[in-house]
Amino acid sequence: MKEVKLLKGNEAIAEAAIRYGVDGYFGYPITPQSEIMETLMAQHPWDTTGMVVLQAESETASINMVYGGAGCGKKVMTSSSSPGMSLMQEGLSYIAGAELPCVVINVVRGGPGLGTIQPAQSDYFQSVKGGGHGDYKLIVLAPSSVQEMADFVPLAFELAFKYRNPALILSDGMIGQMMEKVTLPPYQPRWTEQEIEQLHPWATTGKKAHRSKNVITSLELLSDEQERHNQKLQAKYQQMQATEVRYETFSCEDADYLLIAYGSSARVCQKAVEIARENGLKVGLLRPITLFPFPTEAIHKLAQQVKGILTVEMSAGQMVEDVRLAVEGKTPVAHFGRFGGIIPSPGEVVDAIKQQFIKG
Amino acid sequence: MTEEIIIAGFGGQGVLSMGKILAYSGMMMGKEVSWMPSYGPEMRGGTANVTVIISDNRISSPVLHEFDTAILLNQQSVTKFESMVKPGGVLIYDGNGIVSHPTRKDISIYRVDASEEAVRSNMQKTFNMIVTGAYMKVKPIVHMADVLKGLKSSLPSRHHHLLPSNEKAIEKGMEIVVPVNVVSANCCVNCH
Amino acid sequence: MTTNDIVKPENLVYAKTPVLSDAVMHYCPGCSHGVVHKLVAEVIEDLQIQEQTIGIAPVGCAVFAYNYLEIDWQEAAHGRAPALATAVKRLHPHKYVFTYQGDGDLAAIGTAETIHACNRGENIVIIFINNGIYGMTGGQMAPTTLEGMKASTCPSGRNHERDGFPLKMSDLLALLPGTCYVTRQSVHTPGNVRKAKKAITQAFNNQKAQKGTSVVEIVSSCNSGWKMSPVQANKWMEEHMFQQYPLGDLKNI
Repeated sequence: MKEVKLLKGNEAIAEAAIRYGVDGYFGYPITPQSEIMETLMAQHPWDTTGMVVLQAESETASINMVYGGAGCGKKVMTSSSSPGMSLMQEGLSYIAGAELPCVVINVVRGGPGLGTIQPAQSDYFQSVKGGGHGDYKLIVLAPSSVQEMADFVPLAFELAFKYRNPALILSDGMIGQMMEKVTLPPYQPRWTEQEIEQLHPWATTGKKAHRSKNVITSLELLSDEQERHNQKLQAKYQQMQATEVRYETFSCEDADYLLIAYGSSARVCQKAVEIARENGLKVGLLRPITLFPFPTEAIHKLAQQVKGILTVEMSAGQMVEDVRLAVEGKTPVAHFGRFGGIIPSPGEVVDAIKQQFIKG
Repeated sequence: MTEEIIIAGFGGQGVLSMGKILAYSGMMMGKEVSWMPSYGPEMRGGTANVTVIISDNRISSPVLHEFDTAILLNQQSVTKFESMVKPGGVLIYDGNGIVSHPTRKDISIYRVDASEEAVRSNMQKTFNMIVTGAYMKVKPIVHMADVLKGLKSSLPSRHHHLLPSNEKAIEKGMEIVVPVNVVSANCCVNCH
Repeated sequence: MTTNDIVKPENLVYAKTPVLSDAVMHYCPGCSHGVVHKLVAEVIEDLQIQEQTIGIAPVGCAVFAYNYLEIDWQEAAHGRAPALATAVKRLHPHKYVFTYQGDGDLAAIGTAETIHACNRGENIVIIFINNGIYGMTGGQMAPTTLEGMKASTCPSGRNHERDGFPLKMSDLLALLPGTCYVTRQSVHTPGNVRKAKKAITQAFNNQKAQKGTSVVEIVSSCNSGWKMSPVQANKWMEEHMFQQYPLGDLKNI
């Protein structure tokens, strides 16, 4: 049965995971996302669905626990915030190389270093360009509401298993900490051992007499083989780019100016569009939902229509680079950002549009 | 209808939970709601604030820089947020410890001496409900029945026996809130 | 008499366990890894748990362990095997899970993962090959390298003022309440091989009985890394390694 609750984004992640039949969560506390593990522990799903929840000794350990669980064909996940995500990059590279499905949530805080515990979007590069060593990509989903925090847990797992690739939910302190109404999905059972063996014949479930052994590894020392493996990964990423792009547009039909923003910034920009239009400025908003694959084509098309594009990010300007690549010089592209944990105000965004494109 | 509220005060005054109860109440009335707290170490003993939005429509930004209503429970909050009330908006403050009172003439200002009342009537634990009552009197957007429902769903069931004392505190707040400066609600175009 | 006349079931006095694959091992002649692989394979066969066993391979010389044992495997990042094993075991409580790790993997880069897996008392077996050197990367100093022992990153010998002391990891792990069995064995003589096999068997039986973490350290030789002949290396191991790392049970409850 569907249930409407008032939840924090972090709590919604935990509730959705239990209901979706996730097998294991392995994490390490860090602000502003600790409510995820706290909620899971308070719900003790091991008594109901059989989900394993474990507090690891570090983010390094948690992502490697995720590797182990994913190698068994189980639905496993972890969550962290920026400094912890840096530690997880090693594991993510191995998971991508070994082609394992898993879900990771980053509730981003400002950096670099220990930075701040307040929201930021400064982990975009790390999230969409790989992050660890080697040529790989994560599937990156950017929720902009508590409802999407809940909805993207199943979606991330579906995509992760479809492509045998880690999927990242790139959130931030604002979405993690705020409460909104959220409709939770009904409970569904976890996969049985038989289902896992059928659905994921590659998983380490114990070598049965009728099949050869399963080995989960990212190692291949023969260069020809390693190149073939890399080509296979790249083909997978191209397939994602061709079929998995998701985005949303607001008031773009007649827009003269286009805002591009994801997650929290997109919420601020929705308000900015309202204010701008009240002031007679035809502004639209494109909100990428998948950051990888990026809505390159949609942006390219809108670039022919508008007089200027402003990206709004809680960073020094990271996504703006991908926007510029998509726009290919068809229209001016500028960036407006706040950082250090400051969320830009809708008014500031409107002022930035005026300043950038409607001088004098 | 859209009501954008900031509640600010000391950590421990129940600022966040008051916001939560308003958000729950809004939800009980079938409205869209958002609750965005300040979070982190500043919550302990320092200042805490929360933005609550209750609306008939989808809520765009949950973080705002101007508000329909500001509920301010210490001096720092009055100093910081008075200027962020929309012209024609409402400011409710607790006079306890306030040296520099709000002075704007283009907003309605109400005073509720909830701290003093809480001590006098031995209602320290429901201090924030006295303030909630003041808000409900000034802006009758959320109703008692919904607030009680909201309280019920936000409080763990072991605390449900406290519901009557919360209701009493709300009534007390409605009773003791006093106007300081009142402007007409439709004085300017910015009002919602 | 032809070969076919000899190869008959009634003439069979010894057979390689089918759990060990036919792949030619990449280990140097004289290396202990091959023997330990064989012992683990034999124990898995003896206990009839081939279909239920999942191995976690390390980074180091045993990185290709998965080529040699006919079971399901996961290859971990350097040092992280106990973290993988933790999740595999927790998600498959009825399967047998073991890690196979060298000294660099277990006692340097993976110290935290090792200690915390043992401290949680994860129901796993840890096979720990301690040869006091980094074999695969070409003979660099390990956390377990003896004082005065030469390695490519301490060419004049390990000096504790600069390099710290050799780490007695098993002693440390034996202190943790999560471990039920910590033992130090070797495989350099037939007698020691038999004892080591007994230890590995006990470790897997402990897992079946859900007693906690079992750690079987095998003090090993690395004649290539030590720049000795296999015979010399065994002798040197007896004379030096066993001083620092004496054989026997450190904990058995």
